[in-house]
This record gives sequence, structure tokens and C-alpha cells, in this order.
Amino acid sequence: MITEKDLTHIGWLARLELSEKDIEKYTPKLNSVIDYFSELDEVDRDGVEPTYHVLALSNVFREDEVNPKACLDQDEALSNAPSKLDGFFKAPRMM
Amino acid sequence: MWASINELRERIHANSSEEIVADYLERIGKSKLNAFIYTASEIALSRAKEIDENDIEGPLAGIPVAIKDNISTKGIQTTCASNILKGYIPPYDAHVIEKLKDAGAVIIGKTNMDEFAMGTSTETSFYGATKNPWDMERVPGGSSGGSAAAVAGSEAPLALGSDTGGSVRCPASFCGVVGLKPTYGVISRYGLIAYANSLEQIGPFGTSVRDVAALLDVVAGYDPRDSTSVDREVNYSSALKNDIRGLKIGVPEEYFGEGTDEKVEKAVRNAIHTLEDMGASLEKVVMPHTKYALAAYYIIAMSEASSNLARFDGMRYGLRTEDSDWHSTFSKVRAAGFGDEVKRRILLGTYALSAGYHDQYYLKALKVRTLIKQDFERAFKDVDVLITPTMPYPAFRLGEKIDDPISLYLADVDTVPINLAGVPSISVPCGFSDGLPIGMQIIGKHFDEAAILRTAYTFEENTNFHAARPEGL
Repeated sequence: MITEKDLTHIGWLARLELSEKDIEKYTPKLNSVIDYFSELDEVDRDGVEPTYHVLALSNVFREDEVNPKACLDQDEALSNAPSKLDGFFKAPRMM
Repeated sequence: MWASINELRERIHANSSEEIVADYLERIGKSKLNAFIYTASEIALSRAKEIDENDIEGPLAGIPVAIKDNISTKGIQTTCASNILKGYIPPYDAHVIEKLKDAGAVIIGKTNMDEFAMGTSTETSFYGATKNPWDMERVPGGSSGGSAAAVAGSEAPLALGSDTGGSVRCPASFCGVVGLKPTYGVISRYGLIAYANSLEQIGPFGTSVRDVAALLDVVAGYDPRDSTSVDREVNYSSALKNDIRGLKIGVPEEYFGEGTDEKVEKAVRNAIHTLEDMGASLEKVVMPHTKYALAAYYIIAMSEASSNLARFDGMRYGLRTEDSDWHSTFSKVRAAGFGDEVKRRILLGTYALSAGYHDQYYLKALKVRTLIKQDFERAFKDVDVLITPTMPYPAFRLGEKIDDPISLYLADVDTVPINLAGVPSISVPCGFSDGLPIGMQIIGKHFDEAAILRTAYTFEENTNFHAARPEGL
């Protein structure tokens, strides 16, 4: 069960600004989904390993070489930037 | 004007690709389905002309293909049906787009979808809902609803979608076309804008099993840029044999449970009997963890989504609102750019992964995923394919479920276990309920696309459901 206060904190963790109206609207709906998730409590999971991935792949490496064809040039990389300066992405100040 | 690849090839030979592409563009322009977010008219026509003039060859030479709007297309707007990516023009092509271009295909436009592929109805798109070609008051399914509606409505002969928990198979079922989700790793996800990486695959749509196999032949294959891509031989069309003698079919009763519409159940059971008449045998299989798949799926998908969608910060691309500092800007961009369902999933995923809840939700779901996967491994010791309904009911009405997340999530009950296990599955038309198409789901072992294609092809060759077309379009 999440409270409206919890939701404000989760919104902050997710960098998602929530208005009071959002919080009022989302809280019951999110709780109904969380209730549904508790179905999993019935399952006997003793000794069961988690599956992060369905294929038996591990340590997929490539040669440590630069492939210029797989890189974007600076103009391409910046082509969608809403704000840029002197060839860089321009971001607001951190603090 | 439903047309197969072979028919289009003849028409291109007799006339031109430019003419065919212009025909489809005209249909899209007049359509009320809202299947496309963006039509790449100029690019498509000039590419078609280039193919005509230079006699460019390839398995799909001059043939138009519609692309779901979460697959990156160089120079063509790609939005994931979200406000946050409005106007985003990818500077590179997804692997599947490179493959399509090499095969001579013409990218005709970007199809509508649920925002960031999160939905079962294509109603959460920022660009408005897509309508079902069989009944304009109903949803086309989702999340690849635009791709399925485009193919069913003759606005494209072929389309690509993506399937995280049923997003190719559900709309294929609701729109009466064929849609396939390959084994995890068969198609490179390079350039597919991620929602839940461990679950999703790109998948082909067509009006027949043959066309779907041909499109899969073009887009499948190893790509080192996707570390989960698998290096295997690609020749799916060779599996198309009208012969299933000796095939063992498993029918898991868990998929015919409460909530399954009677007419859907009847159509799928009749289809199974048809296959039995063709020489297949039926085996009983038990898949006891099926009922837990939905909760496990949503926990995993939302958790992965909360992490994947952290990249949308308004700095490098997409919507930007200005505020005093980084964190406020970041939070406001996302508040303005994402729709309600995307926000709900990010919030739930963040919650499920947050300190103190990780073991209670995420880890628990991953363990249940193991049990689901073992259900499939056990079943496939005794049978070659499993058959179930694709969806528990036919297409529902626009607006019917959109305000109740749980009732919408429950629609995915028969499709999500397949993504948790990573096995391949195809939906083929197998009947009608009051004029609405019903889909049969055929599921195979890891990398045994050949078995499901052969079963689907044999069914199609010996029945007529796939030939029915929506009227009045």
C-alpha cells in the first residue's frame, strides 16, 4: 500500500514532477496494481533461481577497436539537441 | 486491395514501384483509421523511383513496408507515439531498417502505437487512437495497433511491430492478420527504442504466413551491435510445408480459463481439430504457473521501463522546458512529455526497484519467471507446438477499458508468458465472432520458428479465414 506521501517520494526518485491532482488520481490506481502483484505471494519459490535473461549468453565481448562507421559525428549527435552551445549539449546548472 | 508480396512483385514488374507506392500513399491519405503517425511520402516516392530506374533487385524490391514508430529510421521522425519525442529525427537506422533497405523495400511511414509500446489498445498514443478496420468503434489492439490496422486496411502490404508482452500478436489477432514474435535474439534490437529489453523482440506483420516468413527472412540475423543477438542461419521460408503429419500439439487448458470468450474458445478448439484432421496428434500438457505470468510480467516490464525511460531528460533530444536547475528541468520535461500510462509504469517500476521493495517485487517476479520458463521446457519435452487463443476475446470498444489499468492488463494473459520464456509465437486468423476476427496462437520451442510457421502455413492452406477482408475500406 503506497500513500500519497510515498508517491511524492517515488516521483522524485523517478524525476517525474507530480501535481497534487496527479497524486490524487494515481494513488488508488497504483495501489490496485500493487494489490494485484501480491498474487505472487502464493507461489512456492523455495530454491528457485531468478531468470534475468532467457538465453544462456554471458560475457559478450567485441574487439576493443574504434569503428568510425558505427559512430555519429558531432553535428549528427547534436542534431536533435533542444539547446546547444559551441558543439556541446547545453544543460541547466546542477545546483 | 490486400496484395501479397508475389502479387506486388508482378504489379511492380508490369507497372512500377512508384505507382504502387503512390497507390498506398493515396489510401493512407484518405483513411480514417489513423494507422500512421507520419507518412514519408517524398522519401518513399523518390526511393521507389530510384528502384524503378536502376532496376534495383532484392527480395522486397519496390515493396512498401510500414514501420512501428519506436523503430529508428534515419531522417524520418520517430516518436514512440509520445509528446516527449515529437520532432525527433534519428541520425541512424535500426538494424532492421538497414536490412529492409538492402532488400529493396520502401519505407512508407511510421505507424501509430501505444505510447512507448505500453498498452493493449493503441489508445494511449499522444497522436490519437487508431481504429480497427473491421469496426471503426473498436480498438485495433496494441501496442503495435497502427501496424496491424495498416496491413488489415490495405494501407501497407507488410509492417514491422515490436512485441514486449503481446504487442505484435494482440493487434494481429484483433485485426485479422498474421503476426509473429520471434525467439528472443533472432532479430537485432539495435535502433528499437527500448521499453523492456529482456522481453521484447521486433516482429513482422502480413496478410499471410508466407509473407510474414519472407519479411522475417529479410529482417532476422546476427548483429554485433545488439549483445543479445544470436548468430543462426536465416531461412524461414523453407519451413513453409503444407504437411503436419506426425506433429504433436499441446493444448494447455490454463489458457482457456475464466474470462475467455465462448466464441473464441470454440474457434480455437475447432482450429485445433482441423489440424488434427491434417495428421497432427493432441497431447495434454499442464502449465501450472500460467496464472502468475501476468503479475510477474508487469513487475519486470515496469521495472525495466523505469530504468530505460530515464534517458528522456530533455537534454540530447526531444521536448525541453526551461527551469532553474537540472533536477527541476528534468522532472518538468518528463511531467509534460509523458502520458498517464507511461507515468504510472515508471512510478510502479521505480517503486518495485526502490530500497526495501526490490526483493518483495522485482526479485520475486524473476523467480516466478524461472517457473514459467520451466513450464514451457517441461511441455516441450512432449510436444512440438502449443496452441492457445491469442487473446481471450475479440477487439473491445474504444474507451471501454482505458480507465481501468487492471482490466486492460488482464487482456494480455495469454501473450505475456511467451515473452517471459523468450519462445517464438505466431497469431493467425482462425474464425470470427460477430464479424470480428479471432486469432489462434501457435507457440514453439526456442529457435523453432520452423515448427510454428509450418503449422500456421498448413492451417492457412486448408482453411479460408485469412482470406476474409474488412468491408467498406
